[in-house]
Amino acid sequence: MTENELAQKSNQYRQRILKYIVGANAGHTGGSLSCIDILNVLYNYTLNVSPQNFSSPDRDRYIQSKGHCVEALFVVLADKGFFPEEDLNTLCKYQSHYIGHPTKKVKGVEQNTGALGHGLPISVGNALAAKMDEKDFRVFTLMGDGELPEGSNWEAALTAAHYKLDNLCAIIDKNSLQITGSTADVCNTDPIDEKFESFGWAVKHVDGHDLKALKEAFDSLPFEAGKPSLVIAHTVKGKGVSFMENQISWHHGVPSKEQYADALKELSEAL
Amino acid sequence: MGSPLVESQVGAKPNLEVFSSTLQELAETDKDIVAVTSDSRGSGKLVPFGKKYPKQIVEIGIAEQNLVGVAAGLASAGKKAFAVSPACFLTARALEQIKNDVAYSDNPVRLIGISAGVSYGALGSTHHSLHDYAALRAINNLIVAAPADNYETEQAIKLAAASNKPLYLRFGKKNMPLLTTDEEVPFQFGKGRVICKGSDLTFIACGETVYPALQAAEKLRNEQGIEATVISMHTIKPLDKVLLQEIAESTGAIITVEEHSIYGGLGEACASFLLQNQYNKPFKIVGIPDEYTVTGSQVEILDHYGISKEGLSNTALKLLGKM
Repeated sequence: MTENELAQKSNQYRQRILKYIVGANAGHTGGSLSCIDILNVLYNYTLNVSPQNFSSPDRDRYIQSKGHCVEALFVVLADKGFFPEEDLNTLCKYQSHYIGHPTKKVKGVEQNTGALGHGLPISVGNALAAKMDEKDFRVFTLMGDGELPEGSNWEAALTAAHYKLDNLCAIIDKNSLQITGSTADVCNTDPIDEKFESFGWAVKHVDGHDLKALKEAFDSLPFEAGKPSLVIAHTVKGKGVSFMENQISWHHGVPSKEQYADALKELSEAL
Repeated sequence: MGSPLVESQVGAKPNLEVFSSTLQELAETDKDIVAVTSDSRGSGKLVPFGKKYPKQIVEIGIAEQNLVGVAAGLASAGKKAFAVSPACFLTARALEQIKNDVAYSDNPVRLIGISAGVSYGALGSTHHSLHDYAALRAINNLIVAAPADNYETEQAIKLAAASNKPLYLRFGKKNMPLLTTDEEVPFQFGKGRVICKGSDLTFIACGETVYPALQAAEKLRNEQGIEATVISMHTIKPLDKVLLQEIAESTGAIITVEEHSIYGGLGEACASFLLQNQYNKPFKIVGIPDEYTVTGSQVEILDHYGISKEGLSNTALKLLGKM
């Protein structure tokens, strides 16, 4: 896929995220827009995972710890052919499998997530199993910066370094906002890099909307042999829709009909 | 009623030791078996396991949430993970991981709660697990069981290794006498084990309380001529409803016995079924009342709350109107 095609994917994904959030009248809009470029690069470039190999024990694993941004995951999985995209018309509807957080009832989803601070420990277990079985699959987990105060993350960070899990890559979608306010004001976790480095991780910063930079970061895994890798992806909550960008109200705001039209117009013009 | 107790077998091993030796035996041929510990290999009797199979033990350190999360990740990648930690911490601190990462995500972790109930005795309520049945019963997709003796323990571990389901097994630290039955049926989760039969009343117990229930039954028979059935209802969930229905129809009274709060455990599980199935004979739940326990050893605490030969015998007499 060319750089341009990959960029177009991101734009299309953003439009679909909004479409299905509007359809469901629910969703985590801002965070889905902040992490979608990361998911785009992972599924269209980095991960060895597809509908065809999803039951293979050798596939790469992607576990979305920030489960509330499931709309981003679902539109990418649909695009990859895990299920028909029209299924997403049932998102959050009565008796649908497509709920507001990742569930294994949906093909392509590795773990049921949604409670925060769970993705990293499970990913550590996956990565540890790969080492024990001498398999070379890799494990990726996407965390939000707002979930970092959960203590289980730091427990798992210790274990990952202790067992030298260089087949593990955690990505933090650092959009710097959470439901109450800025992460710095709610519970400051900066400097994240120094904290993880002191725990024994190798850390890189990247612009989380720069597809080329994301590709290069994932191409260079592991950042250091014998260490788990952390990508701190600097992102903008609501990225791509100017009136949503950096606005806390869009954490789980649902666009009105007019706002949705405006957002689609802006995204279409950016194509 | 035959003689369910064989004196020479009194003082058999703690169930926990049988857990460890059985796991070690299985690990010899099954390299997917992994013990996951939270600085608990000593208290979990897993030191020999760790020495023999250093590649099949994962030490997490004292971090129970991570213990369960990592075990879920190991299980989802094909490992038969046995997550071993004191029951008090495992089922309280890591409850959300048990709910989401194990049960809801259907990752077949074998959760092993050690030194359960009031096994830690005078170490106090931080170390007691009197809530675990209640908390875990309310979580869908999780077998909850407390083997009574070495036989049940061995069978439960072998079944746990062979099955691909999330489950919680609870063990104490005491030496547990081997229980013998007139007709042994193959051990299955969800199928209670009838230790002895009598028509006057029935003790339904689990884990380490089956033995004092049996002692009480013997005392009642010898001193009062009262014949009691004793059931090891090792699986609290799913409950053996078929056996309960049989008992409800044939017995004169039911006493449930557990090393757990009287709220939410075996007793209330039985009560719920019985009340909804037209049982209208005397019924009593024996367990730890709603309080932080009196100070003492495990035996002293259980004795204090009537979970003993004497206490259960008296409870039976009162329930039958003979005291």
